[in-house]
Amino acid sequence: MGIVIIKYNAGNIFSVDSAMKRLGVDAIVTDDKDLIRKADKVIFPGVGEASTTMKYLRENGLDSLIKDLKQPVLGICLGMQLMCKHSEEGNADCLDIFDVNVKRFIPQKHEDKIPHMGWNTITDVKNPLFDTTLENQYVYFVHSYYVPINSNTAATTDYILPFSAALHTQNFYATQFHPEKSGSVGEHILTNFLKL
Amino acid sequence: MLAKRIIPCLDIKDGTTVKGINFVNLRDAGDPVELGIKYSKEGADELVFLDITASHEERKTFTELVERIALNISIPFTVGGGINELKDVDRLLSAGADKVSVNSTALRNPMIIDEISKNFGSQVCVCAIDARFDGEKWMCYTSGGRNLTDKELFSWAKEVENRGAGEILFTSMNHDGVKQGYANEALCCLSESLNIPIIASGGAGNLQHFSDVFKEGKADAALAASVFHFGEIAIKDLKYYLRSEGINVR
Repeated sequence: MGIVIIKYNAGNIFSVDSAMKRLGVDAIVTDDKDLIRKADKVIFPGVGEASTTMKYLRENGLDSLIKDLKQPVLGICLGMQLMCKHSEEGNADCLDIFDVNVKRFIPQKHEDKIPHMGWNTITDVKNPLFDTTLENQYVYFVHSYYVPINSNTAATTDYILPFSAALHTQNFYATQFHPEKSGSVGEHILTNFLKL
Repeated sequence: MLAKRIIPCLDIKDGTTVKGINFVNLRDAGDPVELGIKYSKEGADELVFLDITASHEERKTFTELVERIALNISIPFTVGGGINELKDVDRLLSAGADKVSVNSTALRNPMIIDEISKNFGSQVCVCAIDARFDGEKWMCYTSGGRNLTDKELFSWAKEVENRGAGEILFTSMNHDGVKQGYANEALCCLSESLNIPIIASGGAGNLQHFSDVFKEGKADAALAASVFHFGEIAIKDLKYYLRSEGINVR
C-alpha cells in the first residue's frame, strides 16, 4: 500500500511529499484512516503549535490511530514532539508513544537565541535510522521546544544543552530536525527509513 | 555547534531574478528555480525568494513558482513580497515555503506578525526591515525602500520580536548594492538587543565582508545576491574561507 503521509492541519506536508518525490516515491497524502492503517510506512510530519494540533488530532480520531500503528512510522519535528507524553507548548497532553516530556528551551546566555534555527550536527547516532556515515553530519532544525535525552534517544544535538535530535522505540522513529530540508544528508536518512 | 548560515537572496520580478543597485536599477540574473538548485548544490544553507514588485503593485507572489522551488530543492527557503493577510501566508506555506517574510505589511499592520506566529508558529515568521541611516537615526521604509515611515529600526525590531517574529532580516539601504561591507555596527546592536536570529543583508562585496558580518556584526546568517548571481563569489570558496577564519559553517 506504499508510503502514506498523514494529512492534518500542519505545515510542511508539501515539503515532505516533495522530498519523497525527489527520492522517486509517490507517497499518498491522506487523512483516510483505512489508507493510513494499510500503509507499508507512515510519515507523520508537523510544523505548528502542539496544543492546537493535538486538539485537531483528537477531534479527528487520529490520535489513537497513530498510537496503534504497527508499521514503521516516522515523526518529523512537531510530529516527533506530539509522539511524546506531554508538551510545555500550550500545556498539551500528547500521544505518549515516547515516555518523555517536551520542554521549552531556556536561554543560558545571550547567544542562546530561540528558536534553535539552522544547521547543527548530530552525534551518538544509532541504527537503524542512522548509520555511522551520519555521525557529525549537519541537519536542519527549527524549533523552540526540545525533547530531553532519554532511553529512546537515537541521535543527540547540542544547543544550549544536549537534547534528542531523534527518537526510536519499536516501530516508531522520529526526528526533531527536518530530513526533508537537510539536503543530501536528509535524503540519506529518509532513504534509510524507506529501507526499513 | 550551530552553523552560521549563508543565504543567497533571489529578488523576483516577472518570474526572473533581479538585483537592485540601491533598489533602483535592476539587472537580470536568471531563472529562480535554476539558480536555487545551483545554490543548493553548492552549499547554500537557505534561500530567500522575494517578489519585489508584489508589495507596491499589490500583486500576489506566484504560488506556482513556490511549488516548483519546493519540488526541486532540499534546503529551507523563505518567500516574501505581497503578503497582505493570513491567507497569503497559508497559501505560500501550503505551496511548500518554509517561512514567509513580511515587510511593508507589518509596518502598516503590525498585528499580522502576532497572527502569523499564533497560527503557524513564530519560526515561520521572518520580519524583513529595510532601514536607512539618516545621519542621526536608522529609519524604516516600506515598499522596497520607496516610502519613509515614522518607525525607528531598533524600537521596531524589538516590537516585532515581542509580537512573535522568529527572525529579523535587516537590510541597510545605505549599504545595499554598493559592495563595501555590511552595516556591522547596526547589526551588532540588533543582535545584542534581541533574542531572535538576525539575518544581515546589504553590502557584501568580498569574502572578508562575510567574515566581518559574523565577527563584528554578530549576525546569525548573511544574505547576499549579486556577488552570487554574477559569480563573483562561489559559495564553496566562501565556506572554505570562513572556516579558515574560525567561523563555524556547514
